[in-house]
Amino acid sequence: MLYNIFIDPFMQMGAAPDLLVQTIWEGLVAGVLYALIALGFVLIFKASGVFNFAQGIMVVFAGLTLVGLHQKGVPAWLALFLTIGVMGILAMAVERVVLRPLVNQPDIILFMATFGLTFIIIGLGEFIFGGEPKQMIADELGLPQGTMRFDILGGKVIIQKIDVAAAVIASLMIAALALFFQYTRIGRALRAVADSHKAALSVGISLNQIWVIVWFAAGIVALITGIMWGARSDVSFGLQIIALKALPVLILGGFTSVPGAIVGGLIIGVGEKLAEFYWGPLVGGGIENWVAYVIALAFLMVRPQGLFGDKIIERV
Amino acid sequence: MVPAQHIAPGDALLKVENVSLRFGGVKAITDVSFDIKKGEIRAIIGPNGAGKTSMLNVINGFYHPQEGLITYKGATRAKMKPYVAASQGIARTFQNVALFKGMSTLDNIMVGRTLKMKSSFFWQVFRHGPAMQEEIVHRRMVEEIIDFLEIEHIRKVPVGKLPYGLQKRVELGRALAMEPELLLLDEPMAGMNLEEKEDMCRFILDVKEQYGTTIALIEHDMGVVMDLSDRVVVLEYGRKIADGTPDEVKADQAVIDAYLGVAH
Repeated sequence: MLYNIFIDPFMQMGAAPDLLVQTIWEGLVAGVLYALIALGFVLIFKASGVFNFAQGIMVVFAGLTLVGLHQKGVPAWLALFLTIGVMGILAMAVERVVLRPLVNQPDIILFMATFGLTFIIIGLGEFIFGGEPKQMIADELGLPQGTMRFDILGGKVIIQKIDVAAAVIASLMIAALALFFQYTRIGRALRAVADSHKAALSVGISLNQIWVIVWFAAGIVALITGIMWGARSDVSFGLQIIALKALPVLILGGFTSVPGAIVGGLIIGVGEKLAEFYWGPLVGGGIENWVAYVIALAFLMVRPQGLFGDKIIERV
Repeated sequence: MVPAQHIAPGDALLKVENVSLRFGGVKAITDVSFDIKKGEIRAIIGPNGAGKTSMLNVINGFYHPQEGLITYKGATRAKMKPYVAASQGIARTFQNVALFKGMSTLDNIMVGRTLKMKSSFFWQVFRHGPAMQEEIVHRRMVEEIIDFLEIEHIRKVPVGKLPYGLQKRVELGRALAMEPELLLLDEPMAGMNLEEKEDMCRFILDVKEQYGTTIALIEHDMGVVMDLSDRVVVLEYGRKIADGTPDEVKADQAVIDAYLGVAH
């Protein structure tokens, strides 16, 4: 038994390194997408202290809008720009209707409000575009299709081109966000708001404006996530449960850290794929769905603020 | 927005008339009137709970008084948002230091330039063209302030790691970066040792001399108040009990009673 848990999996890894590489690659790909979802959460949480339950549905809604517009005869690129516009309108609407009236309310109230927002967006999405799953318009957007094969380590590794594209686009976006946060006036204002609302107000930063910007940024992140994830499966409301996958990522990486979301996402992605492939057979498989939460739970006991998160000391 | 009127030195830059502020049944400020003249250092003093900080919060728009009028640069207002107050040249510091703790000294002070920077979101996103030139211009201003406050050695340090006295100095720097016309300082010397206090006094006087900034400050150290300020307003339990030059206020019986207690 102990042999099966602690030794045999590593023997297998050593015996077939190409399979190991393949598994890790698939984990990384899944991890990038988890990281993107978590990133959407982190952006909003940092700037407003709101845990945005609706991030998952925003991913679906963005994908749905894009595909839906295309189905109605709008060219793919125009549909993309229109979707970006829709996410902007959504951000403004959320700020005006949800955040502004609830300013200074306890966090749990705002959390519940995003809960409600989730169902409003579901209803809205179904009403406009219908509830049936849709095919992502990956081709029309110029995303690469097909696979690449590499013969390495005495075996072969198969890589989907779309996954490579996803990884590249995600990295570019994360780098752009990091630069934006670090070196621009608005980026600094965003960080300032995350640190102290009072002080930010006193230097003339408008909280309402900042909230619109972060929700818009989270909307863009959601759109990219929706495209990438949709291209791997399809765009359906079932996709929103991936938002729950962001939870272990956030616990691992810390709720307030952008690098944390990325590293956390990759760890969870690789961790669950490895666990499924090498340890899954011991219990009859299917552990991919819950092993992430086990990792997160174990992590909570050791480092509750996450890998990179701020230490939270609250007086009781 | 109301057009800004030109105020000559010696005229009232800010006038507070019959302001009352309540939180539910608690009266924080009751019927207080005073003015702040352009170019002066105006101290607001009083025992704990006298409503001094509330008064500053009213002036920079954090609180909206139920009654009374506030006239700033000739424009009278009923309600003003902090954002508008800041854009009209009112800057402030806080009693318990409100800095952006995760950010460096430099970034903290750069945030103070937010309102002076105008490049559009578009350029900001690409960090290019006008946004880049603007960064450079404002960075130079910030370096001047850093020089002025003698905090060159801590410019890259996250302010959360700095000792309290230096944090207060960075906070002053952030307020100065806004190039304010009216600077509100809430206990700028609280918790400082003698040497730090002397430095801070020097900076405050220099700000007044070099930039011609009007300053309103709350302070508990009477020595400091008497040395620095041109005029003093004294609050107790939310009411004004005295107003005048430091010497007048010092000799005022109501003030002495408020500070030393009165025999019943």
